[in-house]
Amino acid sequence: MKKLSARRRHPLAAVVVLLLALATTGMVYAAFVPTRDAKADETAQSLTIEEGKKLYAVGCASCHGTGGQGSSDGPSLVGVGAAAVDFQVGTGRMPAATSQGAQVPKKKKVYTQAEIDQLAAFIASLGAGPSVPTEAQYGPEGADIAKGGDLFRNNCAQCHNFTGKGGALTHGKYAPDLESVDPKHIYEAMQTGPQNMPSFPDTTLSEQNKKDIIAYLNAVNGDETVNPGGLELGGLGPVSEGLFAWIFGLGALIAVAVWVAARTAKAKKS
Amino acid sequence: MSSQDIPEENLPVAQDTTQVAVADEKHPFADPGLPPHEHRIQDIDERAAKRSERAVALLFTVSMLATVGFIASYVTIPHDKSVFVFPIGHLNALNFALGLTLGLALFCIGAGAVHWARTLMSDEEIADERHPIEAEPEVRAKVHADFKQGAKESALGRRKLIRNTMFGALALFPLSGVVLLRDLGPLPGTKLRHTLWSKGKLLVNMNTNEPLRPADVAVGSLTFAKPEGLEEHDHEFQTEIAKAALMIVRIQPDNIKDKRELEWSHEGIVAYSKICTHVGCPISLYEQQTHHVLCPCHQSTFDLSDGARVIFGPAGHALPQLRIGVNDEGYLEALGDFEEPVGPAFWERG
Amino acid sequence: MSTTTNSASRSREKAPAGEKIADWADGRLGIYTLAKANMRKIFPDHWSFMLGEVALYSFIIIILTGVYLTLFFHPSMNEVEYHGSYVPMQGQLMSEAFKSTLDISFEVRGGLLIRQIHHWAALIFLAAMFVHMMRVFFTGAFRKPREINWLFGFLLFVLGMFTGFTGYSLPDDLLSGTGVRFTQGAILATPIVGTYISMFLFGGEFPGDDFVARFYSIHILLLPGIMLGLVVAHLILVFFHKHTQFAGPGKTNKNVVGMPLLPVYMAKAGGFFFLVFGVIAVISAVAQINPVWAIGPYRPDQVSTGAQPDWYMGFAEGLIRFFPGWEVNIWGHTLVLGVFIPLVLFGVVLAALALYPFIESWVTGDKREHHILDRPRNAPTRTALGVAWVTMYMITLVGGGNDLWATHLHLSINAITWFVRIFFFVGPVIAFILTKRICLGLQRRDKDKVLHGRETGIIKRLPHGEFIEVHEPLSQDALHTLTAHEQYKPVEIGPAVDENGVERKVKGSEKLRAKVSKAYFDEDAQIPKPTVEEYKEITSGHGHH
Repeated sequence: MKKLSARRRHPLAAVVVLLLALATTGMVYAAFVPTRDAKADETAQSLTIEEGKKLYAVGCASCHGTGGQGSSDGPSLVGVGAAAVDFQVGTGRMPAATSQGAQVPKKKKVYTQAEIDQLAAFIASLGAGPSVPTEAQYGPEGADIAKGGDLFRNNCAQCHNFTGKGGALTHGKYAPDLESVDPKHIYEAMQTGPQNMPSFPDTTLSEQNKKDIIAYLNAVNGDETVNPGGLELGGLGPVSEGLFAWIFGLGALIAVAVWVAARTAKAKKS
Repeated sequence: MSSQDIPEENLPVAQDTTQVAVADEKHPFADPGLPPHEHRIQDIDERAAKRSERAVALLFTVSMLATVGFIASYVTIPHDKSVFVFPIGHLNALNFALGLTLGLALFCIGAGAVHWARTLMSDEEIADERHPIEAEPEVRAKVHADFKQGAKESALGRRKLIRNTMFGALALFPLSGVVLLRDLGPLPGTKLRHTLWSKGKLLVNMNTNEPLRPADVAVGSLTFAKPEGLEEHDHEFQTEIAKAALMIVRIQPDNIKDKRELEWSHEGIVAYSKICTHVGCPISLYEQQTHHVLCPCHQSTFDLSDGARVIFGPAGHALPQLRIGVNDEGYLEALGDFEEPVGPAFWERG
Repeated sequence: MSTTTNSASRSREKAPAGEKIADWADGRLGIYTLAKANMRKIFPDHWSFMLGEVALYSFIIIILTGVYLTLFFHPSMNEVEYHGSYVPMQGQLMSEAFKSTLDISFEVRGGLLIRQIHHWAALIFLAAMFVHMMRVFFTGAFRKPREINWLFGFLLFVLGMFTGFTGYSLPDDLLSGTGVRFTQGAILATPIVGTYISMFLFGGEFPGDDFVARFYSIHILLLPGIMLGLVVAHLILVFFHKHTQFAGPGKTNKNVVGMPLLPVYMAKAGGFFFLVFGVIAVISAVAQINPVWAIGPYRPDQVSTGAQPDWYMGFAEGLIRFFPGWEVNIWGHTLVLGVFIPLVLFGVVLAALALYPFIESWVTGDKREHHILDRPRNAPTRTALGVAWVTMYMITLVGGGNDLWATHLHLSINAITWFVRIFFFVGPVIAFILTKRICLGLQRRDKDKVLHGRETGIIKRLPHGEFIEVHEPLSQDALHTLTAHEQYKPVEIGPAVDENGVERKVKGSEKLRAKVSKAYFDEDAQIPKPTVEEYKEITSGHGHH
């Protein structure tokens, strides 16, 4: 046990843990997801699309139109690609509530991954678009964390904060917190640009760039992230630090001052 | 304005009357004087005093132990070891141990001293007299007389030539110090008006360090660019990128409302300065559906589909647009420098 | 002269060593004369009198830890590549200043702790100065003879803000760099000289490679040097004036009641230093501050959302955020009012606070010394003005963090900005009216207490069936304390004719003063204190009711 905890601090420990975690996820994933590559003969593929079409007609068509052409309630889905479907439905953003606020929030997903894949296949059949990334694309191997940090500060931090804690946009819109978001979904978001987020296609932000960014996010905003100094205070910077200094710093010191200045209890008069 | 003319009855009665035992109109209830001193348990019960003594000694002892703990932590804990502490999370073990032991050592010294003062030192309140800050009239008169005599002996009032030249000399010499500050920096000149962009310079993608082609830039995407030839290792990189940083988006040409913006774009690809015209933050919170871009520092909002005009917030003018085109090899290039200074406005901007 | 000293010291040759050393020092420094007046100096006990001590001690802590940090910090903007132990920064280009800050945090054992103590102590220092200043304001402790000391304290607060700001900028990280950029943009907005000041401050165009070294000498030498001098002057004046006290039995304007410096205050104040240091050390052990490694090195083309300065600059941030983007172009020049007006307001808001003691003394025309503190309720107009000022300050602080309120309270950032725009003006007015009413209500309650006694909560039935609550008359102590405050009458414009019957010109300032004084001390601006007659009538007349 002692050995294990000592090795936990090895620079490669995080990578090893990640690899293990991803391998496990991958296996579980593989067990539940109908494999596309091996049995991807035409019939299976068209069957998947058929299933997806049925799901679409029930759950999506009312807003996005029967053929995915879009309506006043939802944009056209022709050419958005499987990645967009996997992101929107996989993070529970779609199907959206009938009346949402400034932006469609993340929520518990409604469809199983198998159903999402069927939906994605159907939408992909409407027009070419980015496909769902594979683990090799968003996994940690071969990623340069430091380069990812630089890319993150260049492309992402302006909306999502230094370490991806999220931030405000105009009129109640916001860039969400990226903590514990599936790396696959982060990849898809960069690729497809959901809602008001701009897209970062491979032509301007390469596959390797995206991999680096995801690795950086995992390093600074993951479950195992170390905050050497102690409480992270939300990772929001000086505002939360200032509140903490006032409430707990000055608050504690005033409590101490009250004790120092208070009169000592008097003996009962007898 | 002097207040000597205020009638005395407008002022509350002078406070020394509070000591008068008889109640008067202004102070209806006389001051009963300091209440008699009451003893603490420690003053009358030696066992209680002993308990206090032991408590103080215990606090000082804990402090000593904590200091030993501090040194022990410093020596034994590796500086890069992290531990999980509930409910704080993963943190640096050394920082945590050093901070707690140091805090404990200091706090216990303080707590010991204060407990000692509160329970064992005399707590009898003592009244100390106050004396007016103002000097007695005799002292005042003496100082005035001394000053007048000194002034007279210096003859400063009489020999005006000396006085005037002395004031002149004293007033002038600080100018030497001001002159010395001249080399703190260069004069502004036209530095704020020019950037590295010029005709034919390629737009290089910040992420990949490759020149951009129109096909790379998709509708709804956001890309940042720098002028070709400017590398991160260059000595002048920081200063140059502070002016030359570019934000590139592609908008369906039909959606571009501003005529000049469309003319200066290439098939809907528009290049705007990334530096906010308010106070210079790198503005880049681009909402691809509304085409609004928001500054994270002070929330100035610009409409990139309408000449980047200001639609909210404290910025005073639109973001400067860079005129772009495509060169013979199919790469995006600048067709000149920005036509107006980028970044915050200044007096000479005009 | 010398012979008498010699014989005196010879006669004391058998004295203990400590006494001998003291004698030696007295012969050279005259310490006995100093100690005679001060060793048993009396300090009154009240927790709010210790807020200034919190500020003083955190200042000392900042100096101690700051000196340690200078041993490892490199104030240089030379670009270097990072190869230290923090993995997510490997190979990144950064200034030496940033790299040495990472090294202090990750390579120097205890370096992170000292950095965190330094920064937490700085935030607490400014917060403590703020509440100390508010304590002095709301109790009227700034009145004669303490106006100069109020100004010293005010200067310390302002210098503290700028010392904090320059220190915060030193690591050359992305967050502080954004703050420096904002400062530079604000400097550019200054009419006529803006561009010159900017070029001279930064040694050329922003960011150049000079500002860290320049801020460094300002942060560690120039400003703290001035502050140290002011702190000493502030303390000397506190000793010289002797501390103020609240009204109470035995406490008058001509005495000070409390415990002597030696031993009680020596132990309490000395101990309090360790308590403050201990609390800040524990905070620095458990709470992380300014994690520059997560923020990244400064690049003028990069930014993060949630870009705020430390709290004490937050109100400047708020002013600049809510102001509309006014820009005027005339005769080939640009007046950047949208930035310049907030810059001026920043000074005006602070100056209003600094000058208040002089304004109040002009209104009252009172030239006497005041050593008994006011209860805030007994100076309703002053209290209301103070609360209005604090409200304005707080609203700009809210404006400074508008993006975080937006995300955390699910509001629109535009709505919050509009709220701040409106309430910057309306908020203080509402606060003024409300506070004044509350103060008057409390004064009325005090008066009732004096006249009718304390409500005991005991209900009694009288023989004829009426129920009454028993009121217990107050002790003489309480009666005196509740009626010890002074009440001014409004100043009136003197007679329109002088003694000789000649018509006199009434100056405009005199008229203004009469008006302001009326607002301060008119009948509806304070509840008249109970009179002896009232008290006698009630206590003797109807008995309790």
